Amino acid sequence: MNGASLRLRGRVAAKLGDNVDTDVIYPGRYLNITDREKTPEHLFELAYPEIRAQIRPGDFIVGGKNFGCGSSREQATAAMKYSAVGAVIAVSFARIFFRNSLNLGLPVVVSEEAVAALAAGDEVEIDLAAGCIVNPATGATYQAAPLDPRAIELLAAGGLIPYLKQQHA
Amino acid sequence: MTRAEKILARASGRDSVCPDEIVVAAVDLAMSHENADLVRKSFLDVGVARVWDPERIVIILDHRVPAESEKTAATHKAIREFVHQQGIRNFYDVGRGGICHQVLAERGHVLPGMVVVGTDSHTTTHGAFGAFATGIGATEMAGVWIEGRLWFKVPATIRIEVEGEFAPWVSAKDLILNLIGRLGADGADYRAIEFDGPLIRRLTVASRMVLTNLSMEMGAKVAFTPVDDVLLNYLSARTGSKIPTSSDFEPDTDAQYQRVLEIDVAAITEPQVACPHAVDQVAPLSELGEVLVHQAVLGSCTNGRLEDLEVAAHLLSGRRVHPRTRLLVIPASQQILLEAIRRGYIQKLVAAGAMINPPGCGPCVGVHQGILAAGETCISSTNRNFLGRMGSKDSRVYLASPAVVAASAVAGRIAHPEEIVTKEAA
Repeated sequence: MNGASLRLRGRVAAKLGDNVDTDVIYPGRYLNITDREKTPEHLFELAYPEIRAQIRPGDFIVGGKNFGCGSSREQATAAMKYSAVGAVIAVSFARIFFRNSLNLGLPVVVSEEAVAALAAGDEVEIDLAAGCIVNPATGATYQAAPLDPRAIELLAAGGLIPYLKQQHA
Repeated sequence: MTRAEKILARASGRDSVCPDEIVVAAVDLAMSHENADLVRKSFLDVGVARVWDPERIVIILDHRVPAESEKTAATHKAIREFVHQQGIRNFYDVGRGGICHQVLAERGHVLPGMVVVGTDSHTTTHGAFGAFATGIGATEMAGVWIEGRLWFKVPATIRIEVEGEFAPWVSAKDLILNLIGRLGADGADYRAIEFDGPLIRRLTVASRMVLTNLSMEMGAKVAFTPVDDVLLNYLSARTGSKIPTSSDFEPDTDAQYQRVLEIDVAAITEPQVACPHAVDQVAPLSELGEVLVHQAVLGSCTNGRLEDLEVAAHLLSGRRVHPRTRLLVIPASQQILLEAIRRGYIQKLVAAGAMINPPGCGPCVGVHQGILAAGETCISSTNRNFLGRMGSKDSRVYLASPAVVAASAVAGRIAHPEEIVTKEAA
């Protein structure tokens, strides 16, 4: 993993509702897959199997409240990260999913305004450090909750493994 | 300070902490199950040779025991080799342990005041032992294996004080399902919960574990029940270590709470059921109407303990599982299985037509030992009923207490235990 940019541009691949749980993101039956690169094959497999084919590199997934609730399975984050999802934008995140995403270098953005306004197909720019989302087509700007400096540090490093490699080189 | 704040202050070497502060806390215990293999891969990827402290790492195989596939067998094998190479002695292999949260408890690994992290979301269970205990992901655990510490945002605390007496056939499971229904799946997201009050202090340790376990399903980071004589008696029977005194872990009288809920449990007049496909879709049993069940599951880190098997054995004694329904019973640990055999519970359950699965997570996570087909409905004492959780995306899981699971297995539909008992007497 290379260090990640803190400015992202992408398209909303899918907009989902509240309480998208980790079984919906990545079914438990595939937890014995421990190669992260193979996890995208089962992303949203049971509930939204059509999304996988719609994701182009750098695309965003938009969710409602409590995105990623349920299990601590890191495969839920890995399946999105290795599908080349650029970021997840949600009203709020369940805490383990939120931390897993930082640890795997998948940007997670909390913005109720953006979630209310965005639809599948919209192209937006995210500035993670500034905490804002812009839709260049309409000029609309949405506030995002500022990320903790530690979160920025992890995302900038590309996740916890590259971060730890720097610390323990 | 609250219980959570006191523990984090101690573990981060500070006099005090407040909600939303970020602290770096020393980890006292780091638990993993099969996903230790993912942790191991991240650990090796960083390139550090040795774990920080092999005595503080516990690994318990439970999600797929015994191995259900060649792939899992290879995972188990890799974990065995790793624990041997790293000198991790606290390793519970197939047939030696059971469900990770039960094994940590009954083997006395968790003591009041500890910071416990586990690569399992239901690690919140260990707040029943006065520990700050929470779930983390596999890569984060690799960091703990290397550094022995972790950053936390200090959570604000919700205090839930419970008084009154349980109505007949209402249990800790019904109390927590009722709370999840009221507060919602994110009702305690990022926050700590302190359960206390006269009813809580009368609960067994096993019932307290139901509350702290399921607090995860409203998003709690950690959940606590009191450190009192009930707990200290439980611990003194299971650990040779020095047990800290309870006063060190009581919240201060001027502790600040984000919210205080006062509950009279008598207001919960009947068993509660979480309906598909969310744990916060809770209804009183009488409002469900007729729900036929093809499978009934008694087990899990939530409700697979001795008192759960006891109530089921009592209800099934001299009765039969309904012809339409299969009943799966999964004792939470080897110790519980052994004791359930000794007390005659297993004989009663088997005689009634139950199948006994080996101690472990069973079908809860949908990988083996009781997968549901499309169109099937299950009543379960487990902790999640998400879409496709236990098999087909076109199956349905209802969550309830062990008593309701046992009664429903007899009736072939979701049933109140009172109905089963009354029918027999009539």
